Amino acid sequence: MRLNRYILQDICKNTVLHIFLLTVTISCLFPIFWMVRSSLMTNQTIFVDHSFFPGQLNWQNYAEAWVKGRFGIYFFNSIIYTVSVVTGIVVVSSMAAFAFSRLYFPGRDLIFYIFVAAMMIPLPGSFVPLFVMMNKLHLVNTRIGYILCMINVGLSLSILLLKTFFDKMPSDLEDAARIDGCNRWQIWWHVALPLARPALAVIVIYNSLNVWNEFILANLLLNDKTLMPLQTGLMAFNGAFQVDYPVLMAGLTMTAIPIVVVYLMMQKHIVKGLSSGAVVG
Amino acid sequence: MFSRADIRSSIKVTALDAGKNALFVLPAVVIFSTFYIYPFFELINLSLHQWPGIGPKTFVGLENFQELLSDKVWWLSMWHAAYITLIALVFQNALAFALALACDREIRGQKFYRVIFFIPPVLSEVVVGILWNWILNAGTQNGEHIGLLNYFLNATGLPQLVHSWLSDPKTALTCIAVVHSWKGFGWGFIMLLAGLQTIDRQLYEAARVDGAGSWRTFLNVTIPMMIPVIMVVVILTILGSMQVFVLILSLVNQGLVYHTEVPVTRILGSMQGTKQFGYACAQAVVFGAILVMVSFSFKKISNLAKQA
Repeated sequence: MRLNRYILQDICKNTVLHIFLLTVTISCLFPIFWMVRSSLMTNQTIFVDHSFFPGQLNWQNYAEAWVKGRFGIYFFNSIIYTVSVVTGIVVVSSMAAFAFSRLYFPGRDLIFYIFVAAMMIPLPGSFVPLFVMMNKLHLVNTRIGYILCMINVGLSLSILLLKTFFDKMPSDLEDAARIDGCNRWQIWWHVALPLARPALAVIVIYNSLNVWNEFILANLLLNDKTLMPLQTGLMAFNGAFQVDYPVLMAGLTMTAIPIVVVYLMMQKHIVKGLSSGAVVG
Repeated sequence: MFSRADIRSSIKVTALDAGKNALFVLPAVVIFSTFYIYPFFELINLSLHQWPGIGPKTFVGLENFQELLSDKVWWLSMWHAAYITLIALVFQNALAFALALACDREIRGQKFYRVIFFIPPVLSEVVVGILWNWILNAGTQNGEHIGLLNYFLNATGLPQLVHSWLSDPKTALTCIAVVHSWKGFGWGFIMLLAGLQTIDRQLYEAARVDGAGSWRTFLNVTIPMMIPVIMVVVILTILGSMQVFVLILSLVNQGLVYHTEVPVTRILGSMQGTKQFGYACAQAVVFGAILVMVSFSFKKISNLAKQA
């Protein structure tokens, strides 16, 4: 009898908890579902038909968004920026972190602390002088200007994460490599980088999300419609006088889906990186 | 060839080796100085000048800051950001904590929930803003309010609540805060859950043996153990919410109106709109200083709590 009471209590508690968790789950997913649904409507039906599963699905919107809405170009640009910025961050930050952890030179620790301190200080309006400088350097409306700026954005955190990782790495393999005649660059490339793969995975994913979703610098630095990434492209499309909502929703879906898919595939790394970030912070 | 002592200790390193070692940080240092350190000092420098973006700069000392002190719109924008932050701090974090507690128990589908709750944070602010604009109100058509929420209110017999949620000054800020919280609670959830899972289960056992109920256990075991993580989440929430603005740009698409101004949109407006680069930088300096002070005072509180 007693046992049953406890089991019953437990079932009740769990049911209440699941109802709570499921409500939040639905509130997370419903707007995304609504976005996809709206992207399959026509301009005539979208304001009238509020059914969850409309009878006619208008896939035409995606073709229209891709070509007429220029989202094809924006998409291509976003991919260029994400790939080059993340590659840049991985190379630059892993070299620096390797040096901070393993190679000595005067002033090394001071430089490292400056990198870390920069991460702690929020600099909300730094885009003003940054824009002025980019203008002077004639880097406004160039791909390379935006890419360099974004490499800088991800640098500090990546260096900190990788340095912590390299510090914990045993030096035996390095010593072996050195005995075999490897120089610094070869040790970095052949030993340190392959061993740091778990940390690199976190850095790649974190920075990919960051670059793909970045708006403010892209907005300031890239006015040319052929250079815009998806985020500013969406805003430009949204700011038009008469907004074509089904096509806009198709554009939103094209922007959101890749990042959600990457997240779902890689969510283990993301959660791990976040949790370790919380502990470091 | 170089020996082990060369690279690891500070003693036996020749100038040549040190130079070769320093080459590794060179790219990082160059990029960082150009795109972070230089703008940092230029920000302070520009804040002491009057400059329309081209031509010569006029040194005006602290005039920009004096102007800022009496700028009502600026302080109003500060209050807006504070309001959004307050709502995020209370509701978003309470929700995140409640969800983390629910998932910390041995409950079926824990992994599933964890994956789902982090989907809104991986979406961009632009996507979230435009999407919620579409749901909350996409303007009016033929004099009727459209948008899913208004349709829903009409359908459930609450037509008196139907209105333009995002253009009404009374509801716009709250809507922004709610959407911001929707986007952000997953962060808090993941961090708090990670924190909860580091608590030693034996502490709970001990509390139960001592006859503490679940509420007592929560107050006397969970909360004290969680203070450091809670403080990190609080600081990150404050920093994130005070600086929110892309979400506002994309959510309230009628352009910038005074009732949804926040500090960053003010800075952007002074720079792009009225071309007062010096004034924009002064605003940024003040705003940055306030943020640093707030997060430092919270760190202090957190350290005090740790000692107590």
